[in-house]
Amino acid sequence: MTFPDETVTEARSIIERYPAGRSRSALLPMLHLVQSVEGCVTPEGVKFCAEQLGLTTAEVGAVATFYTMYKRRPVGDWLVSVCTNLSCTLLGGQEIFDDLSRHLGVGHDEATADGTITFEHAECLAACDYAPVMTVNYEFYDHVDPASARGLVDALGNGERPAPTRGAPLCTFAEISRELAGLPPARADAVAGPAAGVPSLAGLLIAERDSRQASVADEPPAPATTSASSDGGS
Amino acid sequence: MPVTPVLTRRWNTANVHTLEAYEQADGYQALRQAFDLAPDDIIKIVKDSGLRGRGGAGFPTGMKWGFIPQGDGKPHYLVINADEGEPGTCKDAPLMMIDPHSLVEGIIIASYAVRATNAYVYVRGELVHAARRLRAAVAEAYAAGYLGTNILDSGFDLDLVIHSGAGAYICGEETALLDSLEGRRGQPRLRPPFPATHGLYASPTVVNNVETIASVPFIISGGVEEFRSLGRERSPGPKIFSLSGHVTRPGQYEVPMGTTLRELLDMAGGVREGRALKAWTPGGSSTPMLTAEHLDAPLDFEGMVEAGSLLGTAALMIMDDTTCMVRTALRLAQFYAHESCGKCTPCREGTTWLVSILKRLENGVGDQQDIDTLLDACDNIFGRAFCALADGAVSPIVSGIKFFKDEFVAHYTEGGCPFADTRSTVLAGAH
Ligand SMILES: Cc1cc2nc3c(=O)[nH]c(=O)nc-3n(C[C@H](O)[C@H](O)[C@H](O)COP(=O)(O)O)c2cc1C
Ligand code: SF4
Ligand code: FES
Repeated sequence: MTFPDETVTEARSIIERYPAGRSRSALLPMLHLVQSVEGCVTPEGVKFCAEQLGLTTAEVGAVATFYTMYKRRPVGDWLVSVCTNLSCTLLGGQEIFDDLSRHLGVGHDEATADGTITFEHAECLAACDYAPVMTVNYEFYDHVDPASARGLVDALGNGERPAPTRGAPLCTFAEISRELAGLPPARADAVAGPAAGVPSLAGLLIAERDSRQASVADEPPAPATTSASSDGGS
Repeated sequence: MPVTPVLTRRWNTANVHTLEAYEQADGYQALRQAFDLAPDDIIKIVKDSGLRGRGGAGFPTGMKWGFIPQGDGKPHYLVINADEGEPGTCKDAPLMMIDPHSLVEGIIIASYAVRATNAYVYVRGELVHAARRLRAAVAEAYAAGYLGTNILDSGFDLDLVIHSGAGAYICGEETALLDSLEGRRGQPRLRPPFPATHGLYASPTVVNNVETIASVPFIISGGVEEFRSLGRERSPGPKIFSLSGHVTRPGQYEVPMGTTLRELLDMAGGVREGRALKAWTPGGSSTPMLTAEHLDAPLDFEGMVEAGSLLGTAALMIMDDTTCMVRTALRLAQFYAHESCGKCTPCREGTTWLVSILKRLENGVGDQQDIDTLLDACDNIFGRAFCALADGAVSPIVSGIKFFKDEFVAHYTEGGCPFADTRSTVLAGAH
């Protein structure tokens, strides 16, 4: 395919972020950009990046195949990733992956028959304190179990967009790929999406409780309802 | 030992990711103080504070900044390593998501000190909400005159770009990160030359971890004494410890360097109910595992070396007595094999071999020779590969066999995993 003029304009704006003569730094964001248009990085996408940056297609191809977030086959609206690294697997991450794989009828890096969901296992997602975790288009669903994981993908299949535990209201894979390219979020309320759950605040809540001198020895700390829940900016 | 929220102190403040709330919480005050000082004075303060890198290696930050040649006529760069991907590590992500301006403020001060006019945050691709909030914070900071030209009338100019990666653990290695930021495959560079003289675009570059740079505003506003009042002589300051795995209340606990696992577990409600501590990592999967024997070892750079491990990223993955150490070693070996960048043979070939041997053992078809072969292979990988990824790859195996050899043996004498029937309890013990 040939890319629309708009994509050319956006590619230029990405290049401008980097110092003069250093346009190659724009390559990773530009690969996210072409992926947003085509659902994966195609030979045409590689060619487009090469032309915009004055590189050979071999140079761009070598980069595109190095990174796991650039996909070789089209991703539908939803990229569903289950963490199976250690902290998640200690609490059932592998079982959740296996169960969801059976439920969807696809394995790692495969898409469902209708093409809407691409399924994968992920390595540690820097959310081990919320284990087991999964993501949809990289927004976090924390403390999942097989039932809630099935519920989530079923809802996606029904055209619903369940809110993530931490992250912005769901947008499509194409839209999140544009954000990865550094373009503005699809939704104005994306930035306000929640970010702090109890595990992030675990130590701080102890300090706050101690300073209130209301320490009840066995009571697990809880977030101050006003502040923790208002993190979402609601 | 108390909890000492310094970097995390604003995390329960409503909407602190916005400039307005951050400023109300004394945000950007340290920056104003910094502009009253000469850049070299800031480097000296950071040196005197004893701050050591929080990205894993613990290199003294002020010394690193001092290596940047000044008056050389070249552009200088500050690159923030936000590639957080070391298994178990989950401190930089919440910091960037919840309190992004604290990182931006640290970046401006650090750039002023080393005289960098361009700074980049290389955020691992998957952390979209962190990158999103950072981008929003950067836009607000430009609008308020904290970034751009002649910041706060100081005469100092700085541009800051948030750059999302694309999924590759090796890009956390600082020279691989620089190659990736230059639009290449993320593979480590030969050193020397070091980034301090030949970094980004072959120019003098400081690469620092998120938590390292977020510590800087506190050092400037609180002073060296206050920073040093926490922690130990050679590893001073507060530190975010991340507890995960089989622990009652997993999460982020900011305490003085040198706190022990016993103290941290007390805060976190202990190992999950009815179970005993079996093994733990002090600093992510690349640091040798320790056991209940080491509950009282001080968690700082020196203390962990004395205990036979490393502080790494202070990511404490807690494993209780239902955990199979062969399965653990296998899962991590698969991670390293997948993430090996392929540049050098010991790591590329070696990690693949480690996976196949561990698989054999876990499936009950291994033998005594497999344990010898594993140790021999690890010996041939450790210290012989191009970068530290490979050293990390052998840690879970070597430390696993050191402390739990019987369990590796049982996998072939009993013809299978002795923990097979506890797998089903894994989920029951979850939430
Ligand atoms: C395989 C590998 C992965 C690494 N990943 C990270 C990372 O995600 N974040 C980080 O700050 N440092 C990481 N490091 C350490 C960096 O190379 C470097 O030491 C660090 O960014 C320096 O910053 P500091 O001095 O502030 O700690 C990694 C090192 C290796 C060998
Ligand atoms: S040790 Fe592994 S990750 Fe490091 S350069 Fe060699 S192959 Fe690449
Ligand atoms: S192990 Fe799953 S997020 Fe770290």
